[in-house]
Amino acid sequence: MAAVNRRLQRAHHPGPTAATRAIILVVVAIFFALPLVSMVEFTLRGGLEGGYTIDRWVTVFTGQLGPEFNQLWIAIGNSLVLAVVTVVIMLVLLVPTMILIKLSFPRLRPVMEFICLLPITIPAIVLVVGLAPIYRVVSSIFGSGVWTLAFAYGILVLPYAYRAIQANLDSIDVKTLSEAARSLGAGWGTVLFRVIVPNLRRGLLAASFISVAVVLGEFTIASLLNRINLQTALLVVNKADPYIAVIFALLALVFAFLLLVIIGRLGSARRKDNS
Amino acid sequence: MTNTIPVAPVIDIEPVSGARVELAGVVKYFGPHRALNSINLAIEPGEFIALLGPSGCGKTTALRALSGLEGIDDGEILIDGEDVASIPTNRRDMGMVFQSYSLFPHMTVLENVQFGLRMRRVPAAERKGRAVEALDMVGLAQFGSRYAHQLSGGQQQRVALARALVTRPRVLLLDEPLSALDAKVRVQLRDEIHRIQTELGITTVFVTHDQEEALAVADRVAVMRDGVIEQVGTPEELYSTPVSPFVADFVGLSNRVAGIAAAGKATVQGVELTILGAPVRDGEVTVYIRPEDIAFASEGIPATVVASSFLGSLRRTQVRLADDTLLSIQHEVDMRHEPGESVHLRLKGAPVSAVPR
Repeated sequence: MAAVNRRLQRAHHPGPTAATRAIILVVVAIFFALPLVSMVEFTLRGGLEGGYTIDRWVTVFTGQLGPEFNQLWIAIGNSLVLAVVTVVIMLVLLVPTMILIKLSFPRLRPVMEFICLLPITIPAIVLVVGLAPIYRVVSSIFGSGVWTLAFAYGILVLPYAYRAIQANLDSIDVKTLSEAARSLGAGWGTVLFRVIVPNLRRGLLAASFISVAVVLGEFTIASLLNRINLQTALLVVNKADPYIAVIFALLALVFAFLLLVIIGRLGSARRKDNS
Repeated sequence: MTNTIPVAPVIDIEPVSGARVELAGVVKYFGPHRALNSINLAIEPGEFIALLGPSGCGKTTALRALSGLEGIDDGEILIDGEDVASIPTNRRDMGMVFQSYSLFPHMTVLENVQFGLRMRRVPAAERKGRAVEALDMVGLAQFGSRYAHQLSGGQQQRVALARALVTRPRVLLLDEPLSALDAKVRVQLRDEIHRIQTELGITTVFVTHDQEEALAVADRVAVMRDGVIEQVGTPEELYSTPVSPFVADFVGLSNRVAGIAAAGKATVQGVELTILGAPVRDGEVTVYIRPEDIAFASEGIPATVVASSFLGSLRRTQVRLADDTLLSIQHEVDMRHEPGESVHLRLKGAPVSAVPR
C-alpha cells in the first residue's frame, strides 16, 4: 500500500520544478566553467603592468612563438600521430574480435568485457610499472619512436572504445545480417566491410573520437616512459611561459570538447533513426 | 505504413528449374545433444515441402544444414546429385528468408534486392532491371527507395523474399518467415509465397511449427520429432493416415480415448476400429480419434455436453462421457447443443492411431 502511495505521489509530482532544474543547471555550469574562465582570464593578464591583453593569443595564432616553443609543435605532431595509430590499432584489433565473439563465441563476451574494462580499474602508474619491461622489448623491435606509445594507448582506450562499439553492436542483429549476406553469396570480407561495418559506423566513429580525446589528454604513461606528447610538452612549456602553456591546454580542451559534442550528436542521430 | 498487402501482379520473372534435394543419413550434434538423428529426405524438383514439428525437434537445424549455415557431422546433402556438404553457404546457390527481419538497414530496398546479383557480378543495368522485376513480383516495386525501418514487418519479409528469389537460386529455404507477423498478414503472405512458388516452380523447403500453415501450402509435409522425421506425406495422408500417435496428435486435433487392442483392432466404447501404422501389442491402449470421426446420434454412447464453440463454417462441441473422458466433436454449424444437455454419440469407424498405455 505504501508503495502504491509513493507511486501516486510521484505521478502527482512528476519531477523537480523548472526553477529547481535551472538552479541545478547553473550550479553545475559554474562548477565546470569556473576553472575554464579562470584559465582564460589568466592568459589575458597583463603581467606586472596589470590590466588585460590579447597579445599572447595573437602570438599563438600568428605563429610568432619563439624557438623555445618548437618542442611544443613537435609534441602536437606526436600526439596527432599517436591518436591516429591508436585509433587504427583499436579498430583493427577490437572490431573484428568483437564481431567474432558476437557471431561465433557469445559465451566469451563476459571475458572480453572484463578484459576491456580492466585498464579503467588499474591506475596509470601501475600500468607503467608493467609496461616498462615490455617497452624494452618493443624498443628493440620497433625502435624508440614515439608512435610506439600507441601500443600502450591501444590498451588505455579499450574501456571507452569497447562500450561505444558494443552499444552499436547490440542494436543490430549481426548474426542474421551476416547469415543473410552469406546466403546471398557474400564472402566473409564482404560480410564484414559491406554489411556489418556500415551498420557500426556510428559506434566506430564514437569509439575513434573518444580514443583521440583520451590520447590527447594522456600524460602519465608518456612522461614515465620518457616520450614527448602534448601533455608532457605542456608541462615543460609551463616552466618557461605558463601563459602560453595554459593557452594550449585550453585549445586541447576545446578540441576534446568538440569531439565529445560530435559523439553526442551521433548518439542523438542514432536515437532518431531507431525511433 | 500499412500492414495490408496489395494485390501482386502476375509474375513475369523467368521461371527457375527446381533442383532435386536429398538429405541422406544427416547427423548433427550440438555438444552431446544429437539434434539431427540420421535424417533421410528426398525432395523432388519444384516441390514445396514443409518441415513441421514442435520447438527443438531439429527442423531449423535441418534447414540450416541444407543452407550450409550449420555443418553436419555425418551423412550427405545432395543437390541434383552433387554432395554440397563441404561447400560453404555463399557458394551453394540457395535463397533464404529468415524468421527475424534480415534486410540490411543501411541499404535501400532496391539495393537490398540487388545485393545477391552484385555478389554474382551481374552488370549494373541488368541488376537493376531484375531487382525491379523481383520487387514487382511481391507487389513492392514502388518501395525501392525506402529503407527497412520505413516498411512494415510484412513488407520487409516480402522484400526478403524478392531478394532471395532474384538470383534465381536452385532451392528456396524459408525459416519460419511468417512467425513474426500478425495473423492476417501471415495468411496473406503465406498464400503469396505459395502462389509465387507455384508459378516459379522452385524447389522450396519451408520450416514451421504451425501445422495449419504447413498443411495449407506444402505439397508434402515432413513431421519431425527429437531429430528424426516421423512421417513424410501429403497433408491429406498425414491427416487421415498418421503413422504414429505423435503425428496424429500434432497434425490436426485428436481425442485421446482409452481402448483395448487385439489383432490390429482397437475396441473403444464397444466399437471396433482399425489401428493405423506399426502394429501395437495387444492390451490396453490410448486411441487417437479425430473430432470429425465422432457424430451425434439418437442412440449410442451416452454423454453430457460441456461447451460448444462456433468456428465460422463449423461448430465444435465438447462432451463428457460417463467415465469422465472429455471428447471434442466437430459438426455442422446449425446443430447446436446446450451445456448440460444429455446426448448420444456414434464413432464413425474411421481408422485410428493407438499407443500402449
